Amino acid sequence: MWHSARIDRRRFLRSVSALTSMLWLGPAWSQPSAARVLTRAVPSSGEALPVVGLGTWITFNVGDDPVLREESAQVMQAFFDAGGRLIDSSPMYGSSQYVVGHGLRQLRATDRVFSADKVWVTPGSRGPTQIEASRRAWSVQRFDLLQVHNLLAWQEHLPTLFAMKAAGRLRYVGITTSEGRRHREVESIMASEPIDFVQVTYNLVDREVEQRILPLARERRIGVIVNRPFQQGALLHALARHRLPAWAAEVECQSWAQFVLKFIISHPAVTCAIPATSSVAHVRENLAAATGRLPDEAMRGRMASYVGTL
Amino acid sequence: MSEWWTYTLSDFLLFSARTYYRLIELYNRDVWPAHAIALAGGLGVLGILRRRPAWGSRAIAATLAASWLFVAWAFHFDRYAAINWAASFFAVAFLIESLLLVWLGVVAGQLAFSACGTLASRAACGLFVLALLGYPLIAPLAGRPWTQSEVFGVAADPTVMATVGLLPLAPARSHWLLLPIPLLWCAVSGATLWALQSPEWMVLPGAAAVALLLVRRAKVR
Repeated sequence: MWHSARIDRRRFLRSVSALTSMLWLGPAWSQPSAARVLTRAVPSSGEALPVVGLGTWITFNVGDDPVLREESAQVMQAFFDAGGRLIDSSPMYGSSQYVVGHGLRQLRATDRVFSADKVWVTPGSRGPTQIEASRRAWSVQRFDLLQVHNLLAWQEHLPTLFAMKAAGRLRYVGITTSEGRRHREVESIMASEPIDFVQVTYNLVDREVEQRILPLARERRIGVIVNRPFQQGALLHALARHRLPAWAAEVECQSWAQFVLKFIISHPAVTCAIPATSSVAHVRENLAAATGRLPDEAMRGRMASYVGTL
Repeated sequence: MSEWWTYTLSDFLLFSARTYYRLIELYNRDVWPAHAIALAGGLGVLGILRRRPAWGSRAIAATLAASWLFVAWAFHFDRYAAINWAASFFAVAFLIESLLLVWLGVVAGQLAFSACGTLASRAACGLFVLALLGYPLIAPLAGRPWTQSEVFGVAADPTVMATVGLLPLAPARSHWLLLPIPLLWCAVSGATLWALQSPEWMVLPGAAAVALLLVRRAKVR
């Protein structure tokens, strides 16, 4: 009797705990199943990568604050549980790399993450020292992807990154830009250097990359990582004033965030979008966009036209 | 930085408002009771301006110098640098201002602060009083907890505001040396708080504008 009473009490407490968690998280998005998360192949290797990743700009720069670090770890936990893999950071993002490393150690997830970091220093001779400091901050054996941040000293950094890749100390090499800057230079590097990834800004409003960079990425078999999918929240803020169209349900969108993300990841050249968030509910919502149906070309046109009229 | 015209203030923002104000809250907790000491120092400055003892101006300069030094080390270098890589440069700037105050005000004795007599000098004293007693109220007025209040001598913004309030009371020849760093900080802080969408973003730029007006009119002394 005592034994079964203990089990009952345990079950009861577990139920209360689960209910409390649900209430605490508010209108939580149902946990996307890791098995159902859509993936896309990295063009240069064929490795499957979930189409939604996790950015860390601003959101993970919480310094030594133990409460905010714990919240960041919870976001990472929810991200991994939902099937996410790629986390992107940079030495430019303040303490973000250290907060990611803290989360990876706490979650024992250094083998689950696809680590995407950047080199951001000039002169290029300081690159190896910065990369090693970043690796220690992340607590990973090696990075999966290193990108030249905003093309800073790219002529000096790329040879270093290619040498690391050849020596087996790095898996992929990339470059980044944002907000439509230096696209001609990006195209030139994509056409001339054997890079694996290019990171650019792309969303329903910022669509310049559709003209040349995304087609070039397909032609050159370069993976595309999309930053600022929500324009640092400004796009969602603007869209929130309007009702989500009923036809968004045809591609299983339940929110504007999913509407925007599905538009981005449905472009055939895009490998992964990296929305940043400090909210467990939002990371689940974002990963849920990586499940179910994706819009076809006609639906993508309809989505863009609709947002253009708002 | 190529295509510099495409950058906005928010492109340089590295942290959220919540992170920034929690940093201040944890900093307040860590350095307590420095606030009480700093507040006593600030009230002491007011007493000196009223009674004007012979050693008063040196004491005011020493109080300001100690405040700038403390903020440089305890805030910028030790805490703020964790979320803002530019804070190391801010720490150096605050250290330089502290050294200038020591050199001009304490060692050379060239900072004879005038009393709050004329209308202009009363305005300058008013800026100092606002920095000392008004600035800590901004956090609760903006809906943030008291624990995130910023206090003269401990936090950067009220310390700088207090300084730009007092410097118009100092001889005009000291302004070109002592005003640039505080004015620069007013611009940096105003831009940061504006990007964070904090309601008090205009306080420091406003204080800087008033101080410049007072210095320009040169009717303070």
